[in-house]
Amino acid sequence: MPGDLANARLELEDVTVSYNGAPVLENVTFHVHHGARVAVVGPNGAGKSSLFKALVGLLPVSRGRILIHGQTLGRHRDLVAYVPQREEVDLHFPVTVFDVVLMGRFGRRGWLKAPGVTDRKAALRGLERMGIAGLADTPLGELSGGQQQRAFLARALAQEPHLLLLDEPFTGVDAPTQEATLGMLDLLRDEGVTVLVSTHDLNMAASRFEQVVLLNRRLVASGSPVHVFSPENIREAFGPRVLFLGGAAVVDECCPPGGAGKEGEGC
Amino acid sequence: MTQPIHALGESLRWLAEPLAFDFMQRGLAASVMVGVLCALVGCYVVLRSMAFLGDALAHAILPGVAVSYLLKGNLIFGALGAAVAVALGIGLFSRRGRIREDTAIGILFAAALALGVAMISTMKTYAVDLTHILFGNVLGVSREDLWLTAALGLVVVCTVLLLYKQFLLISFDPVLAKTLGLRVELLRNLLLVLIAVTVVVSLQSVGVGLVAAMLVTPAATAHLLTRRLPVMMALAAGIGAVSSVAGLYLSYSIDIASGAAVVLVSTLIFVIAFAFAPRRKLFEKRRGAGHRR
Repeated sequence: MPGDLANARLELEDVTVSYNGAPVLENVTFHVHHGARVAVVGPNGAGKSSLFKALVGLLPVSRGRILIHGQTLGRHRDLVAYVPQREEVDLHFPVTVFDVVLMGRFGRRGWLKAPGVTDRKAALRGLERMGIAGLADTPLGELSGGQQQRAFLARALAQEPHLLLLDEPFTGVDAPTQEATLGMLDLLRDEGVTVLVSTHDLNMAASRFEQVVLLNRRLVASGSPVHVFSPENIREAFGPRVLFLGGAAVVDECCPPGGAGKEGEGC
Repeated sequence: MTQPIHALGESLRWLAEPLAFDFMQRGLAASVMVGVLCALVGCYVVLRSMAFLGDALAHAILPGVAVSYLLKGNLIFGALGAAVAVALGIGLFSRRGRIREDTAIGILFAAALALGVAMISTMKTYAVDLTHILFGNVLGVSREDLWLTAALGLVVVCTVLLLYKQFLLISFDPVLAKTLGLRVELLRNLLLVLIAVTVVVSLQSVGVGLVAAMLVTPAATAHLLTRRLPVMMALAAGIGAVSSVAGLYLSYSIDIASGAAVVLVSTLIFVIAFAFAPRRKLFEKRRGAGHRR
């Protein structure tokens, strides 16, 4: 796996993403270096979730193209792991935390092959990295909300992706989970895994990420935080919701109402 | 001293007596197979909230049965054709969420039932066979039926076991299944077909009216008792088999309809499990709530 990473990069060229035939994100062009940490920001309904869904093939790309490792999307899906804002799973489903994390390996095996030792090791490593190895045999339904989130992050790690997409991982989670998530991002940077994180926390975007992609149903700006968070760009993305105080721009923008995934354009 | 030995001999005799009859042996074999098969497939029916589907499929096979009755063919094949057609129809209508699955089921189930009734109403004589289809007649299972049940059942069990990983993933987290490149729609339709085959195979032992109970009750009972899917499947299969055997003996000894007896026994097991399981579930809930906020 590390050998391939040398030229791992993500390129979007004039990409339009549609939901039910209507475009939700138009003409987006940006490039991401291999191993970069990218914050995807923008107001509610800007198309952040839609961008991620397009990257894993859950929403169709109606125009343009997405290249990963210089190859078109879909040729190597298991290189991309995606953790949705809210996992819509039945918490009473009879599975343990380990069962859930092992599912991240199902794409790597043939149709009829059972998960092997490598898969179990990868699953366990994911659990260890998220600090929940001790919960491996616990039924999923017995975990707290934050622990569940960490289990799903561990599953994404078990996929051993080259590109990891985290949709709003910091919204409505407890402090230990936020810490564990940030710690995981540091580890992944050392391994050269490219990470895209959508967030409403502009401070975090500016301080912990080397690249920011600012969206509002199209690309407003992409580049280093200093370059992207200019008053013009912020005004363009957030419109009248911005308050300029001296040299500072204040945006009161929080989580989608009720966390019900308004961002997801009802999907 | 002789009393217990006598009692033991008595109960052994009671157990062995029905087995002297060929039809009873075949019936027992058929109902155990059906009990296990239904319970296994029923785990997915319960976990995917498809109880309504099982019932609907059972009723929807009526036109298939009517056609094979008119053409004097094997009722099982007619029923199978109709069930698979309806299962795939449900998959087609509810594809990509155009209409909701339960709505699709409601429409197709009623339409197929109406078609079946319409066809049957044109016949002059549709004597015993048809009532057996409706309420089951496990004691009328022929040797040929038994082989057919075994063959179809084996195909279903093997498919469920071989595709365990896939069915688990599309049932638990279809979004991940899609991003991992699994053919979610195809697998969903395959599962519908497996349920359809199971329903048809079960007709002879429990009948159209009661097959849904065999799909749902043992699996729901097992769900109360465990938090692991493989354990749930094994438990459900065991409960299905025990219900079938006990039900058949009950039916023999107090002379009631066999399908009804099997279903009543499995319901009794469910009620007992339910009475003992709540303490654990309540406990888990309280602990979970304490953690959360």
